[in-house]
Amino acid sequence: MGETTEDELFYPRFLHAGESCIVVEFGDDVDPEVNARVQALRAKIEKNPFPGFIDTVPTYRSLAVCFDPLRTGSPAEIKKVLAGMTEKLQAEEKGEEELLIVPTCYEGEFAPDLARVADHTGLSPEEVTRRHAGRDCYCYMLGFVPGYPYLGGMDPSLETPRLKEPRERIPGGSVGIGGKQTGIYTVESPGGWNLIGRTPLRMFDPDRNPAIFLNAGMWVRFVPVGKAEFDRLARESVQPGWKPEVRKRKAERPE
Amino acid sequence: MKLLIEKPGMFTAVQDLGRRGFQMLGVPVAGAMDALALRLGNVLVGNEKDVHGLEPAGLEITVMGPSIRVTEGEGCFAVTGAEAGVTKNGVSLPCWTAHGIAAGDVVAFFPPKTGSRAYFCVSGGIDVPVVMGSRSTYSRGGFGGYRGRALKSGDVLLTGTPEPFQSACEGLTCPPHLRPPRDAASPLRVIAGPQDDYFTPEGLETFYASEYVITNSADRMGYRMEGPTIAHRRGADIISDAISMGSIQIPGHGQPIAMLADRQTTGGYTKIATICGADVARLAQRLPGQKVRFEKITVEEAVTLLRRDEELVSELRRLRASWRLKTNFAGPLRGTLKVCVDGEPHDVEWERLDRI
Repeated sequence: MGETTEDELFYPRFLHAGESCIVVEFGDDVDPEVNARVQALRAKIEKNPFPGFIDTVPTYRSLAVCFDPLRTGSPAEIKKVLAGMTEKLQAEEKGEEELLIVPTCYEGEFAPDLARVADHTGLSPEEVTRRHAGRDCYCYMLGFVPGYPYLGGMDPSLETPRLKEPRERIPGGSVGIGGKQTGIYTVESPGGWNLIGRTPLRMFDPDRNPAIFLNAGMWVRFVPVGKAEFDRLARESVQPGWKPEVRKRKAERPE
Repeated sequence: MKLLIEKPGMFTAVQDLGRRGFQMLGVPVAGAMDALALRLGNVLVGNEKDVHGLEPAGLEITVMGPSIRVTEGEGCFAVTGAEAGVTKNGVSLPCWTAHGIAAGDVVAFFPPKTGSRAYFCVSGGIDVPVVMGSRSTYSRGGFGGYRGRALKSGDVLLTGTPEPFQSACEGLTCPPHLRPPRDAASPLRVIAGPQDDYFTPEGLETFYASEYVITNSADRMGYRMEGPTIAHRRGADIISDAISMGSIQIPGHGQPIAMLADRQTTGGYTKIATICGADVARLAQRLPGQKVRFEKITVEEAVTLLRRDEELVSELRRLRASWRLKTNFAGPLRGTLKVCVDGEPHDVEWERLDRI
């Protein structure tokens, strides 16, 4: 037996979440390396689904694998299959990754808190916009509400505390900053983030295929657009068959 | 058939077995809270999986039932799940039995004597658009089911095309031994984890030994419960993680919340245990104020329980098949079969004699 580090002794862990779900936990941290393994296992299972496989729920540091236990082997066998898949995970080549272009209007009514963020950070509103759009963010997971992305990698100089009094109604498409995080409100919901812009893309539409443009493991780039371009895209992007711009991006460690 | 909702009841919504395969996108599963009751109801009215491979949808009725008028067509219906009082044109009818209905008939409900969710299953199933692989209503998200919401007075629902000879099911009853027990007394069986290591031994002991009362905050998303405080060892928060059907979260206040059909896909509270698949419906059939206890079982035991549930469906399906053969159904009385014996084609005429 070779030497094992402490991490290898404890992770991955295979935890039961009922008889129809095993959670494969790769770590105990919000860490891009850990998340990369989550995405790698997810890709592997989706490429070679075992009989009875239903779906997966990737999160920051774990992958929940859901299945029909009456169509799979015993719980012990499933665990073995997953353990086998996990073993050679690190050796897998990570190729190119996908980058979703999210046109965002940082103007007027769409940016009610831009001045607040500028005040707090000591930057000009133009500089806030430039820095927010200047760095690609990594989508660790989707959850909370349909399509809501947990993004990492925002420029740390933009960190701004949440509003003291959350808004009751935030329109879908709103782009905000909450503490160290940035994100997109995919559907109308309450929330306390500083709203600095809005995307014309309808991020979630259950009647469209795909219903959501974003997947965990993808990257997001906010691209500033003016009001006229916003209006044009808002009209265009609801046409049947319309697709957002997705670029290839060389795989690298998210910041 | 065309069904007019004259009164909607408390919360009546279209449900099938839920939206599987989209949890990774943050889309809740939704679906019937007592899936087995819906499936057994579908067997009673002769429904098989539809052209999409989906379980036909029925109406999930919560506590106070609707009043439904058939305005076109004919078929049959059955009410399963909670023992609701059901009437057709004012006459009481038994639950767990397929009854014929035709244009002009009105089906109405009384609150159930036991249980909280009844299922109205109808031949052909409730035909609403399939959204992301399901007809289930997710009312918080405003999509699926009938216009993404619970039914209102004046809504008109269509049913799908029933199987041929479907009227043959009229009168078919699910025998009591095939009805899943939904008593309010026996403990809910759970599988430990996935975060049971976040609790002190005393905390775990408290959870398994105590009685919890379902609070008024109990809906399709989850049931909050109150009782002795469950102590954490490593804090109540985790990095956001997936939530399964039946997951029992214990936030910082130490009180359990069981997550159900409309649960969010991820969350950051520790989960002490997961109610086994066969018992989730038993919680869903309970009401605020009722008491709950938890009993630990193994994953293998949980699978066995699930298999038993599956056998109820198979058994009722077999019963339906043999019942049809014995019944005076509206099929043809004579016909011709083409058969091939030793390479020679023959026409065989047949006639039905055993009209019982």
